[in-house]
Amino acid sequence: MADEQAIFPDSEPVIDVENWNVYYGDFLALKGIFLKVPKNKVTAFIGPSGCGKSTLLRCFNRLNDLIPIFRAEGRMTYHDQDLYASDVDPVQVRRRIGMVFQKPNPFPKSIYDNIAYGARVNGYQGDMDELVERSLRQAALWEEVKDKLKQSGTAISGGQQQRLCIARTVAVQPDVVLMDEPCASLDPISTLKVEELIHQLKENYTIIIVTHNMQQASRVADLTAFFNVQVVDGKRQGYLAEVDRTEVIFQNPKEEATQQYVSGRFG
Amino acid sequence: MQPRAASERFFDTAFKRLALIAALAVAAALLWITCIVALRALPALSEFGLEFLVTSTWNPPRNAYGILPSMYGTVVSSVIALMISVPIGLGVAIFLSEDYIPPGVQRILVFLVELLAAVPSVVYGLWGIFVLIPFLKEITPLRGPGMLPAALILAVMTLPIIAALARDAISNVPIELRQASVGLGATRWETIFRVIVPAASSGIIGGIMLALGRALGETMAATMLIGNSTNNISLSVFAPSSTIAALLANQFAEASGLQVAALMYAALILFAITLVVNILAQVVIRRLQRI
Repeated sequence: MADEQAIFPDSEPVIDVENWNVYYGDFLALKGIFLKVPKNKVTAFIGPSGCGKSTLLRCFNRLNDLIPIFRAEGRMTYHDQDLYASDVDPVQVRRRIGMVFQKPNPFPKSIYDNIAYGARVNGYQGDMDELVERSLRQAALWEEVKDKLKQSGTAISGGQQQRLCIARTVAVQPDVVLMDEPCASLDPISTLKVEELIHQLKENYTIIIVTHNMQQASRVADLTAFFNVQVVDGKRQGYLAEVDRTEVIFQNPKEEATQQYVSGRFG
Repeated sequence: MQPRAASERFFDTAFKRLALIAALAVAAALLWITCIVALRALPALSEFGLEFLVTSTWNPPRNAYGILPSMYGTVVSSVIALMISVPIGLGVAIFLSEDYIPPGVQRILVFLVELLAAVPSVVYGLWGIFVLIPFLKEITPLRGPGMLPAALILAVMTLPIIAALARDAISNVPIELRQASVGLGATRWETIFRVIVPAASSGIIGGIMLALGRALGETMAATMLIGNSTNNISLSVFAPSSTIAALLANQFAEASGLQVAALMYAALILFAITLVVNILAQVVIRRLQRI
């Protein structure tokens, strides 16, 4: 496996994962992950279903804490701070590491309140109108909704809802944005808009995106991590098979499984 | 393509007609009851008119009837009951839909709360007379049956309705909303009170309105505990009062002539109050669902 420090020598790692293991109950669902996520780059996680890419993504903002049988071992640091140290408040982690979900999930509140909610719970003291406008502009949604900020966030189209969710995430001014198949339920035009958005967002944010769409990974990602599955005791166990610059993964991967996956022969 | 078999078509039509008859029968029964009650109330309606609603006398020997004290008691006992049962019921619902306790214990608790709704109201009434009232006499100025014990028992009776329906509404809130809120750095409490409860509000309000309907119409426990004072209004919760349902239950057996008409009139008023509550509930729920 290539050393990511060598892949992006200028970029300091924002998140550093060392020998990370995830268990559901007694079962080892994700095995031995080593990964460095470079700053202000887009990192894509690809791989067949059940390979644990979403599970790993949800480890970064401790969202798996909501699952009672979840347990993890190993070391995961964010700017050299252990994310799973006992004195770390998961609420603070999630404020720094935001998330956009697979299905657009705006709150049943107005568009304005959807954006303002995260800022309010985080004790934002500044000008809320200004923050709402700036966040919607960052998500390329301002022009479409500026005249209906009081309308429900659930009453706009699916593509607009997903950009609203992205705006809501950046309104908290996080450092890292996690995206779990953000275009899975969107039409091609909306998908394109979200991808353009990802390109713009990486100026200010470090982005990690899980995707099933390999063209999407090749279009948006700087670094691509390929996860694979192996069957252990009849259950699917995920592992990180290969990680490298996106063009290397897609054109000249070292592993045969990666070659087969990116050329569409399985998964 | 084969045409559908004759027998299949027959069953199709027969089922459709049966369903239609069943639906019409329900509507007809409601209409019939309303008509009969209104018809039998006519003599009292023409005798007392709207005066009936603002008069505080219920005097069968003199044939003077007014239900203001009973209307007051109906509304106030229900409102006090809900002021107690809504916060507690909502708290129970939140507690039982979060993961504070092991799932096994949680299931048992949910079952027990729902069992509260299965206790017959006469049993609540008995418990009120022999346990609650003696206890309240020790610690309050209460001297016997009155507004306070009736309202407290109504609170216990409406609690399971609110808790069960609010819990259903809360657990029906999509997990994605919870994750979205938590993912933005909200705490568990911020998530519950600012996202989950508002998203479940139409179901919660529905439960509260159902509970209010139950409290307004509750007869047995109210009759046994409220003291049935039909002739005066006291602002004290320690004084005896009455409800329309209790008035009806107490008097129908010995009533005759104009008294029957007056009772029918009172029944019509109770019917109207619950109808208004239900319509209001629908309006509120519709409005909340639009957001």
